Amino acid sequence: MHRIVAVLALIILMQGMSVCRADGIDDAYEELAASAGSISAAGFNSVRQGIEQLAVSGDPRAAVVIGALQDGLLFANDDHALFIQQADGSYVDARTGKPAPDVTDDDLKAVRINNAVRSAIEAALGSLQLFAPDAPTRLKAASAVFTSHDPAALPALTRALAKETNPEVKQRMEQAKAAAILYDPGASQPDRLVAVATLRARGDQDARSLLSTLAGQTGPVADAAATAVVAIDRVLQIWSVAQSVYYGVSLGSVLLLAAAGLAITFGVMGVINMAHGEMVMIGAYVTFVVQQLMHIYVPSLYQISLLIAVPMAFLVSGAVGVAVERSLIRWLYGRPLETLLATWGLSLVLQQVVRSLFGANNRDVDTPGWMSGATQLGGLTLTWNRMYIILFAFLVVAALMAALRYTSLGLRMRAVTQNRRMAAAMGIKTPWIDAMTFGLGSGVAGIAGVALSQIDNVSPNLGQGYIIDSFMVVVFGGVGNLWGTTLGALTLGIVNKFLEPIAGAVLGKIVVLILLILFVQRNPRGMFPLKGRAVES
Amino acid sequence: MSLDEPTISRRGLGRLGVAAATLAAVGAVKAATSPAAAQATGGTIKVGILHSLSGTMAISETTLKDVMLMLIEQQNKKGGLLGKKLEGVVVDPASNWPLFAEKARQLISVDKCAATFGCWTSVSRKSVLPVFEELNSILFYPVQYEGQECSRNVFYTGAAPNQQAIPAVDYLMSEGKVKRWVLAGTDYVYPRTTNQILEAYLKSKGVAADDIMINYTPFGHSDWQNIVASIKKFGSAGKKTAVVSTINGDANVPFYKELGNQGVKATDIPVVAFSVGEEELAGIDTKPLLGHLAAWNYFESVDTKENKAFIKEWKAFTKNPKRTTNDPMEAHYIGFNMWVKGVEKAGTTDSDAVIDAMIGVSVPNLSGGYSAMMPNHHITKPVLIGEIQANGQFNTVSETPGLVVAQEWSPYVEDTKDLIGDWRAPLRCGAFNVKTGTCTAGKKA
Repeated sequence: MHRIVAVLALIILMQGMSVCRADGIDDAYEELAASAGSISAAGFNSVRQGIEQLAVSGDPRAAVVIGALQDGLLFANDDHALFIQQADGSYVDARTGKPAPDVTDDDLKAVRINNAVRSAIEAALGSLQLFAPDAPTRLKAASAVFTSHDPAALPALTRALAKETNPEVKQRMEQAKAAAILYDPGASQPDRLVAVATLRARGDQDARSLLSTLAGQTGPVADAAATAVVAIDRVLQIWSVAQSVYYGVSLGSVLLLAAAGLAITFGVMGVINMAHGEMVMIGAYVTFVVQQLMHIYVPSLYQISLLIAVPMAFLVSGAVGVAVERSLIRWLYGRPLETLLATWGLSLVLQQVVRSLFGANNRDVDTPGWMSGATQLGGLTLTWNRMYIILFAFLVVAALMAALRYTSLGLRMRAVTQNRRMAAAMGIKTPWIDAMTFGLGSGVAGIAGVALSQIDNVSPNLGQGYIIDSFMVVVFGGVGNLWGTTLGALTLGIVNKFLEPIAGAVLGKIVVLILLILFVQRNPRGMFPLKGRAVES
Repeated sequence: MSLDEPTISRRGLGRLGVAAATLAAVGAVKAATSPAAAQATGGTIKVGILHSLSGTMAISETTLKDVMLMLIEQQNKKGGLLGKKLEGVVVDPASNWPLFAEKARQLISVDKCAATFGCWTSVSRKSVLPVFEELNSILFYPVQYEGQECSRNVFYTGAAPNQQAIPAVDYLMSEGKVKRWVLAGTDYVYPRTTNQILEAYLKSKGVAADDIMINYTPFGHSDWQNIVASIKKFGSAGKKTAVVSTINGDANVPFYKELGNQGVKATDIPVVAFSVGEEELAGIDTKPLLGHLAAWNYFESVDTKENKAFIKEWKAFTKNPKRTTNDPMEAHYIGFNMWVKGVEKAGTTDSDAVIDAMIGVSVPNLSGGYSAMMPNHHITKPVLIGEIQANGQFNTVSETPGLVVAQEWSPYVEDTKDLIGDWRAPLRCGAFNVKTGTCTAGKKA
């Protein structure tokens, strides 16, 4: 699509050109072909020059050839003829676009690219696409020119600006022009001052980066740039506090997800379940399996495979939880140390089972398109995957609270944990309730696994990284209290993220652990202790 | 289940929870599987394989166990060694560093292995080092490492810093015009030593202290949000910035994911990694990582006859057409062939004879040349810089013109700049100070 657009743009561009510089085109193609297969600095340099020449040559095939180069599909043979590989593996002649049936892989060497070449490609495609008919492509093109800030793009920018009607694109083009002017040694001082003001108004890290290249120079432009950098820094400082809060909430939501299940099994039932992390891990593997199956059988729904993985993970982890409760944990009620050791052993068994079934290597769980990338809110960068996980964590906790509060199973669970004998006397089958409660906690852990598969490695060790944090959250928040767990997770997340830049990630974790130990010494029951007779029983 | 009330009070639960968390932290994984000890028989030479098959390092090390078994099988098809069959003895040290030493002792004393191929992390190597020296056996260590070590009983077939880290930094300086550096690593011995060397090297090249940012994270770190943000901020000072990553193992995947999500492209801030190979990339979607770099001495994409044959055999041996190859595998390939040659040269598997015979042995590597064992027990290697492609492979963008000889002691660190290792007679010293003319450590009578 982009290439077609680019070709159209190029035709428009060509109308403005009276002479077609054929020899320039020949040179450009020769530069590209001659350096095929080369990985020397000189080779990459000549590829870059070839691209730059091609971009301004007015050749209608320029955008197609440069696009093919970007995708690694441009090849040359020993006679310096260039070919583009098609999706079906056949080749077309790069200069004419005609099929080249007798060319085979063995005759060809790829034209290699490195990061410097890649920047040149982006800049070239950017300036070719400034005249694209659709606004998003133009916006992307303007951003590419802004990044490359190549003064060679100035004439094209000026022409594009004159025609531009979309305010957002226009603004981006003006910023791109300002960036290019700063790098243009021939620009006049008033132009450069305007450029500094435009970048100051943009006010983000990229603008700051461009402006600070002027540091060390003298003159009114450099002074204006220095003041602009200070002003931008002041604003960014404030945003960075907000950003840290966001990171903290995001980390907190991950902790919350991991701990929510434990808040049931440990908090409500009082079972020290060291295999909790493995329930999370099983959930992540269920996500992997669901994705693989959907990829084979229903590829049309692949984008929403995560949504289908959520109930599946709940059921599978929950079933494992019920099985564990019936076979192991029910024999150990009231013996916390034995439970601790038995569940710890169980966690090793589960890890090794998964390792034997799926292998020791990490499994690749895809992130759907709607969860990739980030959005900009003022000076905040909000990554989509974290945003969805924050949302998801709160939904899970709300659902869990509702289940405990409003369902009949929830009522029985609370009854059994508050007074087991009385509940039994009322006809509640307490063993069955125990199994269900443990299953619920494990199932919620499985759901957490679906979310964690998006931000962490799906490996047999996945659960290990979260078991310590989960216990910390539940103990800190107050055993048996979901509100406490929620607040505990968020507090720990935010404290961690504010400590990290100051103390570093390693020391930060240690400091949090020490603070927590001191806190639990003073408040053994956490932030929100349960009250009443049930507590002391 | 009885109707008795639980004997533990809620008050005590909190404390127990902390105890549980502590136990989990200390315990980590200790699932050591004890393999059936191989029976000693007359007509075989035993080769120890000391790689973790469980725990956090299993992801990287399992492959090396498989490649060793393949190499042994191939050698047996060629008629074995000294007329005897080779037999691989596999043990699982379970990513548990003290267990590495125990298993090494078992391989040498109980199984009577002629040589051992093993270890990945530097801590595991440091753990087994005294065992190999005490029992005078031979270890082949296949992974790039921080240098600053030269034992008579170890042959280092991975890269020393000047065979990986320094050429990578040179490449970024000259090709990428990088002026500002982030040195990010996992918090243990390899990244700390490498970064110490790199920092000294960068300063010797005129980089100001303000233009170097050093960051350490724990093993398995998964929340990279504000570290990536601070890298972005560090990179917005108007100078071209690059990240030199010694982040190890699992933590790489979330790190690269976060880079992709926050839109840090290789054309803005390139990341060059020393511990990310084809194996690690197999677990992630590499499209957002296009153009980030890695420095190794081998890539699966290297276009040579030897490499194609090796990949074909590997896929046939593992019966998995998707298995990737990587740099430490090549190191084992080289090391194993060197050992075979050394034993043939010595005519015996006796440690002292083989150690002396090894120096000067030269075998083909997979990138189209020959690697030789030098007197400092390190090998010569080409250095390749590759960019990550969308298909999870590396595209070589730079290659040293010749082979690079390893510097086991860094010339950029004050304490070690005058040291050399030379295990040939008459010097026979792992840390010889050329200024004072004395052997400071590792002397063998």
